[in-house]
Amino acid sequence: MRNPQLNAHGELTHLLSTDGLPREVITQILDTASSFLEVSDRDVKKVPLLRGKSVFNVFFENSTRTRTTFEIAAKRLSADVINLDVARSSTAKGETLLDTVDNLVAMHADMFVVRHAASGAPYLIAEHLHRVGRTDVHVVNAGDGRHAHPTQGLLDMYTIRHYKKDFSNLTVAIVGDILHSRVARSDIHALTTLGAAEVRAVGPQTLLPTAVEKMGVRVCHDLREGIRGCDVVIMLRLQNERMNGALLPSAREYFKCYGLTPEVLALAKPDAIVMHPGPMNRGVEIDSEVADGPQAVILPQVTFGIAVRMAVMSILAGN
Amino acid sequence: MRSATNGTQIHIRNGRLIDPQNGIDGRHDLYIVDGRIAAVGSAPAGFAAEQTIDAAGCVVCPGLVDLSTRLGGLESELEAAVAGGITALACPPDTNPPLDEPGLVERLVRRSETLGLARVFPIGALTQQLAGEKLAEMSGLARAGCIAFSQAKHPIVDTQVLLRAMQYAATFGYAIRLQPQDSQLARDGVAHDGEVASRLGLTGIPVCAETVAIATALQLARETGARLHLARLSSAAGIALVREAKRGGVAVSCDVAIHHLHLSEMDIGFFDSNARFDPPLRAASDRDALRAAAAEGLAAVCSDHTPVDADGKQLPFGEALPGATALELMLPLTLKWASEAKLPLAAALARVTCDPAAILGIAAGTLGVGAAADVCVFNPEEPWRVTPETLRSRGKNTPFLGWEMAGKVRATLVGGRVVFGG
Repeated sequence: MRNPQLNAHGELTHLLSTDGLPREVITQILDTASSFLEVSDRDVKKVPLLRGKSVFNVFFENSTRTRTTFEIAAKRLSADVINLDVARSSTAKGETLLDTVDNLVAMHADMFVVRHAASGAPYLIAEHLHRVGRTDVHVVNAGDGRHAHPTQGLLDMYTIRHYKKDFSNLTVAIVGDILHSRVARSDIHALTTLGAAEVRAVGPQTLLPTAVEKMGVRVCHDLREGIRGCDVVIMLRLQNERMNGALLPSAREYFKCYGLTPEVLALAKPDAIVMHPGPMNRGVEIDSEVADGPQAVILPQVTFGIAVRMAVMSILAGN
Repeated sequence: MRSATNGTQIHIRNGRLIDPQNGIDGRHDLYIVDGRIAAVGSAPAGFAAEQTIDAAGCVVCPGLVDLSTRLGGLESELEAAVAGGITALACPPDTNPPLDEPGLVERLVRRSETLGLARVFPIGALTQQLAGEKLAEMSGLARAGCIAFSQAKHPIVDTQVLLRAMQYAATFGYAIRLQPQDSQLARDGVAHDGEVASRLGLTGIPVCAETVAIATALQLARETGARLHLARLSSAAGIALVREAKRGGVAVSCDVAIHHLHLSEMDIGFFDSNARFDPPLRAASDRDALRAAAAEGLAAVCSDHTPVDADGKQLPFGEALPGATALELMLPLTLKWASEAKLPLAAALARVTCDPAAILGIAAGTLGVGAAADVCVFNPEEPWRVTPETLRSRGKNTPFLGWEMAGKVRATLVGGRVVFGG
């Protein structure tokens, strides 16, 4: 089966998922991001790599924060950035996803950054571009349903590499609502590809996908067991609508069983780092004392995120 | 039926005649007089062929009987059916509008008879509008031509209504077909709740959605004595329940869709919406159990033909419409299964001829003397590649696009009339 994110030479032509992304490609992205990090510290925060290119942020699902980070990354590469809030325009008029895409291609888009509520939507777009012979147009998945959020996964890898250097001895715990989390899936695939020693999926059965162990993780239902001896703890956001219902009885009970407190974090290695893709629910999945504490690297994640997105866009534009 | 036969005498010669119903598999000629099978082997007295079909290198078997065909455009789909060797098919009631009015059923029967292609056997709605609340007029529907009653893909949520529906059907001896899937356990689901759906972030339909519904249906069948057919089983656990119930003496039959014998959740690949089915493609171990059930004769095999246009498929996986075009693929896929499972051809053909005919309670799927001459002549070796252009059906949606098939229909006869090839 053709891997839709690689071209015939094995180079990245779309970024759709960290699943099936070769280790060399991930490393290339992280190395490139490293070189971009200092651009953000300059007085003139721009490089001309995407000058004259048009990057369309096509968000079928609203997300101001993610869209902004992509916009900043594209602008630092000197691209023209067009933000389309499709959730409120075309599809509301009944236009299909692929009609929207065709229209934007006709406006000479060079790159689409796509956020969609349906898992797989960016694959549909990439396949469509392939079918109509527009291999010069690239797709970056900015989050599709529960499936993938590859730039978040990659920025998490960048963060881990920054603090821990090497993956091979690492134990990483991913805690919380893995069932509904595209971030968790992207992290798991990237971590297993990069050779992390152990990845743990921690949460109640109602929040873990069926057969999650097939993704190469160890399942822990007990938070303490999951955190013990970890190098990295990745906390996931618990969406409000999951808090009271058939998945969980209440936010209060969730925090009691799965909230990261200083006491629980003490079971991890002393130099363990704590990550969170944001936005955080303080007092639901994470205690403020941990979120603001010395082991949290949640704000550096955001900074690295810009560099990683710059790396992804510049590599795609070059292939 | 477009009339008739006017005493036409047809000789189908040199073929390998397989009639699973009558245990025949060998080199026999077939003689047709007045639209009926007149003799097998040697010509009846006074036979003078007006038409001869040379079936050298071909198999001559009863026309295929399909337990479930959704008819989008009636003419195109019935043409596709006979091109696929199918001479009788049952049409589920989830048409638009649903088959819950005798008038609608009569019109369908009349229109299909006028076309004179495959015979159409409507299945009536069990409840009005398939809404699962009020019983449909089963007796009137039966008089109009319905041979069984079903909810198609709209399960009755209220089990008391289901009990009443089965009691009422049992009163008149009507057969009930249920596609067992608990709608609450399957809620929002678009793929088998397993490894692939988890990886792709698709909402899963757990196996228990099927087993819970089967267990309920079997209990109610025991309770009411209704004749129960369970349609489109998808899981090993579901098959096990039916096997056990049959051993316990429950009058139950079941079927599996032909694509479920060949595909598994893995075939979804990177969100291929052509692999979106209802019930979903499940694990490889489930597929193997379905194959075994079909091989042993526990389950019949059907096309589950569901034409979906491009607009319905060119959507993100979870939003795409389920189903595939299958009328013209049923025979080659049955042959492929037989060859892979090392199953005698006669046994495999039984699953798509006499077994479904018995389930439907119709006189079809046999080449016995006196039976209507519904015949399929096919070359089991002839290779062809599945492309949209090779399919007569309006539906071009199938995960088998691009596959190499072996087995092509050379001629199809309905009531002794050549309706395809020849």
